[in-house]
Amino acid sequence: MPLSILIAVLLTASAFAFYLGRGRAVAVAGGHVRNLHSLPSHYGAYVALWCALPAFGILAFWLVVEPAAIESFVVAGLPPEAANLPPDRLALLLNDIRNLADRGLVAGSGDQTVMAGAEHYLSLQRLGSTALTVIAIVLAMAGVAVGWRFVSPELRARNSVERTITAILVASSTIAIFTTIGIVLSLLFEAARFFNTVPVTEFLFGLEWSPQTAIREDQVGASGKFGAVPIFAGTMLISAIAMTVAVPIGLLSAIYMAEYAAPRVRSVIKPLLEILAGIPTVVYGFFAALTVAPFLRDNGSLLGLDVASESALAAGLVMGIMIVPFVSSISDDVITAVPKSLREGSLGLGATKSETIKKVVLPAALPGIVGGILLAVSRAIGETMIVVMAAGLAANLTANPLQAVTTVTVQIVTLLVGDQEFDSPKTLAAFALGLTLFCVTLVLNVYALFIVRKYREKYD
Amino acid sequence: MTDLASNSAPRQTTERIAASLPRRYARDSRFRYYGLVAIGLALAFLVLLFVSIVSKGYSAFFQTEIRLLIEFDEDRLDPNGTRDPSVLAGADYGGLVKSSLRGLFPEAESRRDRKSLNRLMSSGAGFVLRDMVTNDPSLIGTAQEVWLPAAADIDMLIKGFIDRSKPASERRVNDKQIAWVDALQERDAIERHFNTRFFSAGDSREPELAGIWGAVVGSFYTLLVTILLAFPLGVMTAIYLEEFAPTNRWTDLIEVNINNLAAVPSIVFGLLGLAVFLNFFGLPRSAPLVGGMVLALMTLPTIIIAGRAALKAVPPSIREAALGVGASRLQVVTHHVLPLAMPGILTGAIIGTAQALGESAPLLMIGMVAFIVDVPTGPIDPATVLPVQIYLWADSPERAFVERTSAGIMVLIAFLVAMNLIAVVLRKKFERRW
Repeated sequence: MPLSILIAVLLTASAFAFYLGRGRAVAVAGGHVRNLHSLPSHYGAYVALWCALPAFGILAFWLVVEPAAIESFVVAGLPPEAANLPPDRLALLLNDIRNLADRGLVAGSGDQTVMAGAEHYLSLQRLGSTALTVIAIVLAMAGVAVGWRFVSPELRARNSVERTITAILVASSTIAIFTTIGIVLSLLFEAARFFNTVPVTEFLFGLEWSPQTAIREDQVGASGKFGAVPIFAGTMLISAIAMTVAVPIGLLSAIYMAEYAAPRVRSVIKPLLEILAGIPTVVYGFFAALTVAPFLRDNGSLLGLDVASESALAAGLVMGIMIVPFVSSISDDVITAVPKSLREGSLGLGATKSETIKKVVLPAALPGIVGGILLAVSRAIGETMIVVMAAGLAANLTANPLQAVTTVTVQIVTLLVGDQEFDSPKTLAAFALGLTLFCVTLVLNVYALFIVRKYREKYD
Repeated sequence: MTDLASNSAPRQTTERIAASLPRRYARDSRFRYYGLVAIGLALAFLVLLFVSIVSKGYSAFFQTEIRLLIEFDEDRLDPNGTRDPSVLAGADYGGLVKSSLRGLFPEAESRRDRKSLNRLMSSGAGFVLRDMVTNDPSLIGTAQEVWLPAAADIDMLIKGFIDRSKPASERRVNDKQIAWVDALQERDAIERHFNTRFFSAGDSREPELAGIWGAVVGSFYTLLVTILLAFPLGVMTAIYLEEFAPTNRWTDLIEVNINNLAAVPSIVFGLLGLAVFLNFFGLPRSAPLVGGMVLALMTLPTIIIAGRAALKAVPPSIREAALGVGASRLQVVTHHVLPLAMPGILTGAIIGTAQALGESAPLLMIGMVAFIVDVPTGPIDPATVLPVQIYLWADSPERAFVERTSAGIMVLIAFLVAMNLIAVVLRKKFERRW
């Protein structure tokens, strides 16, 4: 039975169990609901939980272990000469079997082992799915029976139901932690495999990046250099250009909106600026690559400058505009949070409005603004689509914004998009870069959030 | 003398201040002007962005079509007269188009000329005829005037994106093709029609046949998975953190985690999806299911943060009143707090989903960049999504794809605007001031 139908059946069964339990509760109470400990609907929910939880539990368990279980059975069923292959060849063979079984694709010749394996794979899959269906439905029915028997006027159904639901709430709140753990572990694990072949020092301090590794031993230029300094430099160059655009524009517009603009003007301008944050980054990328970059190149050649068609300037400029709303909205919040008494004191001493802003409000708001800018920097470093579409691929170590540079995110995308074997240093390098990216943005974010939070407490 | 000295000092100060005032006022108004300029720059850029995209893309909503007199010759389509659908589907419809063209311009005799003549029509013209015949086999044996899609280069010529004054070697249509197109124009046999194919077809290597429907459906399945996962999980987490969680280290850890996840670069979520969902759990590549799961993890913090804000906005008096008449804590939440907070939670969820709709970087990591012609029929089928389709088209050098990319962006932005409008309307309609 397809998974979606099984889920639907289980949900219907639980709904049915609810009515059953509620009816049973009214029945055991002899029609007098006040004899019951809880409301009849609590008894219904109690039986429904008995029906749903075990069945969905086994379903989730099976979905997690299924691929590995079937794989090990298939390997066990292979002829001995195939089962004793070295791990990487075995993985290839399994891949063929899976492709044949799932999509009817045959890679290379229709090998006898592969055919038999695919047959076995399919039969196991069918068996597993049937067993799952039967077990899940039996569990659901058994759950209903058990829950039904437990229903009595003394049963504290509400307490049990609420305890279960609270447990579910707690479990769902841990998803965030599991996500972080998942990110850290997957990045660390793959990056560790990368650092087995390439030393950490070469990655962090090497000046040359050319991740082409050899397919054959004797290939030219097959060495593969993994010095990431040019990539880090390129990332910093583009982020710096973005920040030189975003910080003045964002900060000045925040000051204008918070201090000068009439409420009506503000209520129009603020959403308009937020539109900039809502535009998908792929749109910015397209605009940078097809409008801004050619414009810069053509005007640069008029001025006698040699501007690369994938210049850091184009990507940085457009990224800066994208970041303006982040800077402006955080700065706006922080500036409006500065107590009125500070402004009034300054104005009362005869300072003009701009002097008040520059000498009193901004210094008071500075920690919060710095926090906002740090968040924006982390956003710029991690931004992907604009640089993938508008920045270059070649890792040039240069500080010239008119040349093409590459960034961490561009390299991750180019290394991982397309078909690749999953154990070459080339693909693993992407995870090392991802780990660096994650660590840098993590430090920036935690520090920035810490500053912003501390600042808020100061004036609350 | 002492009297004078003590009097002159304050006067000097006042004078100095008075003298400096014009300068200070000028600086004051200049500062205010800087703010205006900054806002003006940002808004000017916004306008420039939209103008450039609309001006590049509006023409993609129209497609050049050529009227041809097609003879549905029975001998060529169904020589045995069986009307067997498989025979009809396999017949040579491209040949019909070619012979009709040759009938129009008999002067093209050399192989090269015939080849460039055939290039006037899209390679999809035959498929249009095939669909006509399979839908209505009674057409066989008749002759019909049919509007068929022109090739992308001819489309560009008609739309004026190919410079006729350039030497023939530098443009993609040769002099003869231009002459034929002009001849067709004189007979009113070439016209621009509304491009329905753009909204109903999947991707294609031929710009004139490429459409966004496949990507729209892919986006739909991806977002469906995202909503089904992220909304319940996010709301439950928000309820727990806001209504039940004790203040301790564990709760603090969860909160720090959520705030941090909200700022993790999206591409890192893609790496997580690649390493965990694809390599560890062995889920299929390019599937909306996996894309939806990755985007769900990414949108979760947005929904949680918005949900908590909405729950916090419900005044404590409601909770106290419900507790006072004997409700349990869970009953307080499910019967009173949650219904009151729902509009706010939904607004946050819609905004989070809109973000997920525009996101493409993590999906590149899990293989949703494949070239996929078929429209997906379920969340396991290989698919791509709207922003990734835009990215793929933006990589193609042809002018006709630039126009389609911009049109795709317009469709994507239309969806985003619609979702945000729904969020705004929800907020306006159900917002309560306590």
